[in-house]
Amino acid sequence: MADVFSPFEVWRRFLALPNDSRGKTLGVAFGVALVAAMAVSVTSVALKPRQQAHLDALREAQLAGMIATLPGLGDILRETGAETLETVLVDLRTSLISEAADPQGFDFLAAQTDPAQSTALSSEQDIAGIGRRPDLAPVYLLSGQEGLALVVLPVYGTGYQSTIRAYLALSGDLTTVAGLSIYEQGETPGLGSRITDPVWQGLWAGKQALSPVGEVVIRVVRGTAQGPSEVDGISGATRSTTGVTRLVAFWLGAEGYGPFLSALKAGGRP
Amino acid sequence: MTPEHRKYLTAPLIDSNPVTLQILGICSALAVTTSMATALTMSIALTVVLTAASALISLIRRHLPSSIRLVLQITIIAALVIVADQILRAYAFEMSQRLSVFVGLIVTNCIVLGRAETFAMRNPVWPSILDGLGNGLGYSLVLMIVAALREGFGAGALFGVQLLPLASEGGWFTPLGFMLLAPSAFFILGLMIWALRTGRPAQIEPDAFPRNDTGAEEAGR
Repeated sequence: MADVFSPFEVWRRFLALPNDSRGKTLGVAFGVALVAAMAVSVTSVALKPRQQAHLDALREAQLAGMIATLPGLGDILRETGAETLETVLVDLRTSLISEAADPQGFDFLAAQTDPAQSTALSSEQDIAGIGRRPDLAPVYLLSGQEGLALVVLPVYGTGYQSTIRAYLALSGDLTTVAGLSIYEQGETPGLGSRITDPVWQGLWAGKQALSPVGEVVIRVVRGTAQGPSEVDGISGATRSTTGVTRLVAFWLGAEGYGPFLSALKAGGRP
Repeated sequence: MTPEHRKYLTAPLIDSNPVTLQILGICSALAVTTSMATALTMSIALTVVLTAASALISLIRRHLPSSIRLVLQITIIAALVIVADQILRAYAFEMSQRLSVFVGLIVTNCIVLGRAETFAMRNPVWPSILDGLGNGLGYSLVLMIVAALREGFGAGALFGVQLLPLASEGGWFTPLGFMLLAPSAFFILGLMIWALRTGRPAQIEPDAFPRNDTGAEEAGR
């Protein structure tokens, strides 16, 4: 009986259709796309933890690398006998150090997009182009004998076509940049991607990032930098370097770590 | 394996090598051959993708509508390439960083689509697998030779193991910096093709645009 429904019968009839009929063209296209999408998705999801572990290791190596190249840091480490940085979680809403969560187990990457752990930004506030700001953010503090020696802030924002992620290190006076290390970006290869050039990132060291009243003054300029708070631009990477300026301005500003840094400068741990 | 089947596997190694005879896939052949390790990884990735793509496309060849067959072939190849790239990122992270975009660019490698369209669409699964494997090995053979010459003369090493003592470290060997630049791969490939076609004149192609102005035209005026 032909009217008894059987999946095998449907499948056999589908295969028997002429190849160029509309039904078979659509069916084969859909089937191939479905199988290909399944294969890609399953592999991607299954291998994600391993890949993320490699990326995390790379990021930690780069953080260690940046700290190792900062001037005088070796001495500070030797004086204090400290082997690692102290990690604290800063609540960006209250600009106080949060004791609510464990800094070691905190997933900063997940907190950036999770609506429960982040606050939406208005378009005037959102100069870094990140949409939402996480409520908690890790900060790495290194103290020497004369008090605070170095503060490392994880920062990120939108460049020309990708999210740029970096570590910004401030010296103990909390106004001078000690170093900038961009560890993740997907800017145009050969043009915008030159923001990862160590020579260019080296230009940031020693620049004045904040004015005495706490305004963000550091910026990337076209051509040659003048004054203590300007950084040379890269020709052909204007949009990407502007993105770096904006993300630094955002994270040092009122919506970012600005109030926390002011409180830290005023004395004691907030 | 019958002798005919063995031919599918061995012919692409030298007689109909996809790189030296058909001049396909030379973009990656010059990009990843500065060291043996990257060339070997790229060779394995391409051979696996090519063999799997040939097998899958041959399997469904009778049901591919001719109007969208190229789109479907590219879809299958692209999915395999993404899977291969993801596996490399998970299990050979440093190597995938060194290869950067070139594993992803296997999608656009003419060898893969070429074998799918000219062979896998017209032959059963088993010969298609052998043909894919053979062409992958032919590509790998050329890549390994070019990489051995470039890394050997450019850095005095093979697979990162220093064989020739460098002049900068008190030895006698001065590396040829040119070997590490992309044009050297073109020169090596060109010399290989020249040597191969001198030894096997059957590989020389007829002139596609023969000259017909032998002077007869002018004489007739």
